[in-house]
Amino acid sequence: MAFLKESARSLLLVELLEGLGVTLRYLLKRPVTVNYPHEKGPLSPRFRGEHALRRYPNGEERCIACKLCEAICPALAITIEAEPREDGSRRTTRYDIDMTKCIYCGFCQEACPVDAIVEGPNFEFAALTREELYYDKEKLLANGDRWEEEIAKNLELEAPYR
Amino acid sequence: MANFWASYAWPTVLTAAEVLAVIVPLLVAIAYLTYAERKVLAAMQLRKGPNVVGPFGLLQPFADGLKLFIKETVIPSGANRVVFILAPVLTFTLSLIAWAVIPFAQGVVIANINVGLLYLFAISSLGVYGIIIAGWASNSRYAFLGALRSAAQMVSYEVAAGFVLVTVLLCAGSLNLSKIVLAQRHIWFAVPLLPMFVVFYISGLAETNRTPFDLPEGESELVAGYFVEYSAMAFALFYLGEYGNILLVSAMSSVLFLGGWLPPFPVAPFTWVPGPLWFAFKVAVLAFGFLWVRATFPRFRYDQLMRLGWKVFLPLSLGWLVLTAGVLLVLGWLPAH
Repeated sequence: MAFLKESARSLLLVELLEGLGVTLRYLLKRPVTVNYPHEKGPLSPRFRGEHALRRYPNGEERCIACKLCEAICPALAITIEAEPREDGSRRTTRYDIDMTKCIYCGFCQEACPVDAIVEGPNFEFAALTREELYYDKEKLLANGDRWEEEIAKNLELEAPYR
Repeated sequence: MANFWASYAWPTVLTAAEVLAVIVPLLVAIAYLTYAERKVLAAMQLRKGPNVVGPFGLLQPFADGLKLFIKETVIPSGANRVVFILAPVLTFTLSLIAWAVIPFAQGVVIANINVGLLYLFAISSLGVYGIIIAGWASNSRYAFLGALRSAAQMVSYEVAAGFVLVTVLLCAGSLNLSKIVLAQRHIWFAVPLLPMFVVFYISGLAETNRTPFDLPEGESELVAGYFVEYSAMAFALFYLGEYGNILLVSAMSSVLFLGGWLPPFPVAPFTWVPGPLWFAFKVAVLAFGFLWVRATFPRFRYDQLMRLGWKVFLPLSLGWLVLTAGVLLVLGWLPAH
């Protein structure tokens, strides 16, 4: 009897038709696609994207050249050189991040005592050449100016958990 | 001179025009079948599918075609050049010439020959040559394995499909496709011969190398099977040939089992729709079935494929053939000549 039942099920394509029913139901559902360049998904305030060097509201750069980020960077992507400035404060003369080495672990922003180096919300910085991804201080400061609003908001949101 | 025009030139021009009138819409249909496939698969996977090129992505097939057209055709150094180029041409041509005998409406057919069914069967069997030649001429192990599988598969399923055709032949009493359609005036053959219809449709899936029988292409093990070495237009011809074959099998199924251009019931609201539209509608529904099946089922294993062909479909179709013949004979329903 069980044999007959099994044979009938297989000959009448019962399970195959059930499968087709499933796909037909899915055909009528709404697609979940996000039309990426035009629509974007939500980003966490903790998102670790492109790096930026921040400034104080008066325009003074935050970085004090303590080189903690350079020391902690597991990918050895950060290179810093520093000298005392004319007014006697310690400032970097060179702050390079090799974005092709960076693994976006976020250690640099955790190590930073003055919230100078941060990973911002921008992840659309693909480039055609390798050279464009060797970021220097100028580029990083420009990033900071460009993304300051979002970065400050994210830092504020994250502050209770740090 | 007048004789030359009347007996030779005009018929040639007329035939060429008829051929164009079939092939141009057919190629457009093939192009949009590729689009439909991407859209249907996308919808069943909760995606959107092509929607950027043109409104709703409607120009996508032409963008793809243009891309393939301007690419370079790479011919492998170990390949047999002539045969390598010949194979896709053969596949594509064979998928087109079968349409010569498909009736689109009463009397609307390029060649209303009396052996139409036989011709269709012969052409669909020849299709395997394009694949074997491609696999052999590529001089690549993946292509060769794909071609071997494809040959074995198509031969296996053609046996069952052949018995199905004989069953239809018994019921219709003619090999002429128009007469087969007209024999379904009262009831479509899909109703009394439903199992045969299913066997034929599934064999059609196998003969066109579609999922779940796409072992010859088997991306996961054979890269792309018999056309792994092909690029640009040569690849495009295989691709068009495959989709042309899908439409052909759909057209064959609708002519043999779903009453071709006939409306489902010969009463008022159905008879208002012209025959070719009914035919196109049936072909579209059956072609949608191909896409639907692709979105649903995983690929068969090779031994399962052979088992299904030889140990299930062959006995089933043979048994139903004998049963049909017996019923027709005992009840005296054999079609008169």
